[in-house]
Amino acid sequence: MKKLKSSLTNMLSVLTVISVVAGCVLAYVNSVTAPQIEKINADNLAAGIKAVMGSDDIQVSEPKEVEDFTVYEITENDTPLGTAVVTVNKNGFGGPLKVLVGFDKKGTILGYTLLEHAETPGLGAKAGDWFQKDGKGSIIGMNPGENNFTVSKDGGDVDAITASTITSRAFLAAIQNAYDKVIKPQDGVSGATPQANN
Amino acid sequence: MNNIKVLLNGIIKENPTFVLLLGMCPTLGTTSSAFNGMSMGLATMAVLIVSNLIISLIKKLIPDMVRIPSYIVVIASLVTVLQMLIKAYAPEVDKSLGLFIPLIVVNCIILGRAEAFAAKNNPIASIFDGIGIGLGFTIALTCLGAARELLGTGAIFGQTLWGEDYGMLMFVLAPGAFLALGYLIVVFNKIFKKA
Amino acid sequence: MNKLIVSLSPHVHSGDSISRNMYLVIIALVPALLCSFISFGIGAIITTAISVASCVFFEWAINKFCMKNKNCTVCDGSAILTGLLLAFNLPSNIAPWIIVIGAFFAIGVVKMTFGGLGCNLFNPALAGRAFLLISFPVAMTTWPVPGQGFGTYLDAKTGATPLALMQEMFKSGDLTKLPEVEDMLLGNTGGCLGEVCALAILLGGIFLLWKKVITWHIPVSIICTVFVISGLLWIINPVIFSNPVAEIFSGGLMLGAVFMATDYVTSPMSAKGQLVFGVAIGFLTIIIRIFGAYPEGMSFAILIMNAFVPLINSKFKPTRFGEVSTK
Repeated sequence: MKKLKSSLTNMLSVLTVISVVAGCVLAYVNSVTAPQIEKINADNLAAGIKAVMGSDDIQVSEPKEVEDFTVYEITENDTPLGTAVVTVNKNGFGGPLKVLVGFDKKGTILGYTLLEHAETPGLGAKAGDWFQKDGKGSIIGMNPGENNFTVSKDGGDVDAITASTITSRAFLAAIQNAYDKVIKPQDGVSGATPQANN
Repeated sequence: MNNIKVLLNGIIKENPTFVLLLGMCPTLGTTSSAFNGMSMGLATMAVLIVSNLIISLIKKLIPDMVRIPSYIVVIASLVTVLQMLIKAYAPEVDKSLGLFIPLIVVNCIILGRAEAFAAKNNPIASIFDGIGIGLGFTIALTCLGAARELLGTGAIFGQTLWGEDYGMLMFVLAPGAFLALGYLIVVFNKIFKKA
Repeated sequence: MNKLIVSLSPHVHSGDSISRNMYLVIIALVPALLCSFISFGIGAIITTAISVASCVFFEWAINKFCMKNKNCTVCDGSAILTGLLLAFNLPSNIAPWIIVIGAFFAIGVVKMTFGGLGCNLFNPALAGRAFLLISFPVAMTTWPVPGQGFGTYLDAKTGATPLALMQEMFKSGDLTKLPEVEDMLLGNTGGCLGEVCALAILLGGIFLLWKKVITWHIPVSIICTVFVISGLLWIINPVIFSNPVAEIFSGGLMLGAVFMATDYVTSPMSAKGQLVFGVAIGFLTIIIRIFGAYPEGMSFAILIMNAFVPLINSKFKPTRFGEVSTK
């Protein structure tokens, strides 16, 4: 077979055929994979919330906006378990820090995960692990209403990340802020007075 | 041409990373660990083999003046299919490579092989060329990823050899990628290039 | 055969050579070195010794085994100088193995890969420091507080440097914690070995100017640029920007301006080129200090401008001997 000539009709028809075939293939693959991708995305959010709430068997409410925070009410077997809050602090070393943090009904921290940050690698970027349960400056189980939620350098109860005081301050302020604005106004918080006022 | 020769040609003599220095963006961007490098290499290889095959099959049907747009449409469709498949069935890979998968479209290795090899050879040889070049790319990216992971975090394929405290963080970051690539090219040339 | 034919004798040798200049620079570093020993005790001595020893070792080993070079380049003193300057850029409580890695990077990667002394694009000691800073950020940013007695090494108490304090204040808008300028002059602040005592560095700089090892262009243009820009910012808003005198005497600015930026190999040849080089370094330093992710911008600024030196050289060529200006 000889190669097709580059005449206008030939070029137009070949490009059209290729595009149509490609479009059909893409449409088919999309129809197969779309539900799966959606499920994974939903799972990711649910897994994040499950991780910060420390429980697998939970129902998550529709997100609602309280001031600047995105709030999810969490229930476990129809009993309220606590609240997951997305909170942002702009005073990180490299820019805003975005944290998803889970509180129980009394305001005790169940877990957190760092959603977005621009901290220095090896220094402030350690915040993702540092304050976790096995980290050196664990905040899990603390309560911003009862504990002094500032770094120990400022007289608080939390050990700052080595050589990253600014990141640590921003991180703790984000959580304290979420507590003050979202958790405390809710009913049933044990009436503890926050000591930290930074 | 002998098919085995075509295969080896892609791995050693025309290794896309160490000899041709093609596709530097994914090479430098995705090799922060051996696993990431390998995934990127395999994804590229998959696209390369299929695109080589298709283009070699339809080469007679494509008028010369529109060959590049036609190739690009074929390659872009394949990459999009691959991206959707990875998103759906390998979410872990998608998490670490996410942004770089769509960029395979503009990876000059693939268009380069389509133009330089598949458009001139039969489908079987084109498949072998795709496997060869793809393997060469995969091996290079895995080596680079392994070197960076080892020096940067003291681990290889996630297996810790020495503590992360002893890792040189720079190798995980962009400057380390350039540096490690440079030295790997030195080693590769030392071994395979007869002066 | 020697094709270089020069005119009839007698000739007078000026006595200028690579090793003479290198050893003069080393002598000029002595006051700052003594200051660091007084400030940080035995830790400073150990750090300096390891750094110099490993730099000399790598220079020798690479020459011997990789480059198969017959000439012994160890004796010209450049490796010793690199080692000293690298040590000046480290905190005194840093672990020895980190120093060895830094020395390997400085000598092996930055200097010898490019072909040894005279061929390197970047200042080896500074590149070594930048590499360590990026690779081991925690070890490289926990600076010991000076004056803790002679015996302190790895167990030294640590504190923030004046520049880290400045950047913290820039973020929080609180200027009260800044150390006094006199403390920075005399070396009573935290920091790496060579950056704590600005006065000793100045002394060394004056010695080098007197011996005509360096010219005034680069140091003066760097310091003036930093002073003017930070002064302008300070006038605009004295609440969040620190005062220009503090900017000049803090961090590695003095050390960089006098000893790092003036390195023969990696700075422009002509006086005009050197002025451009210095002004650009000063400008970049301030930009990085204020907006960058790291508190100190001096080392990065010098490295960035090192890369521009070939360009500057092609634009500002030194006048050839005997050439008549064609204006």
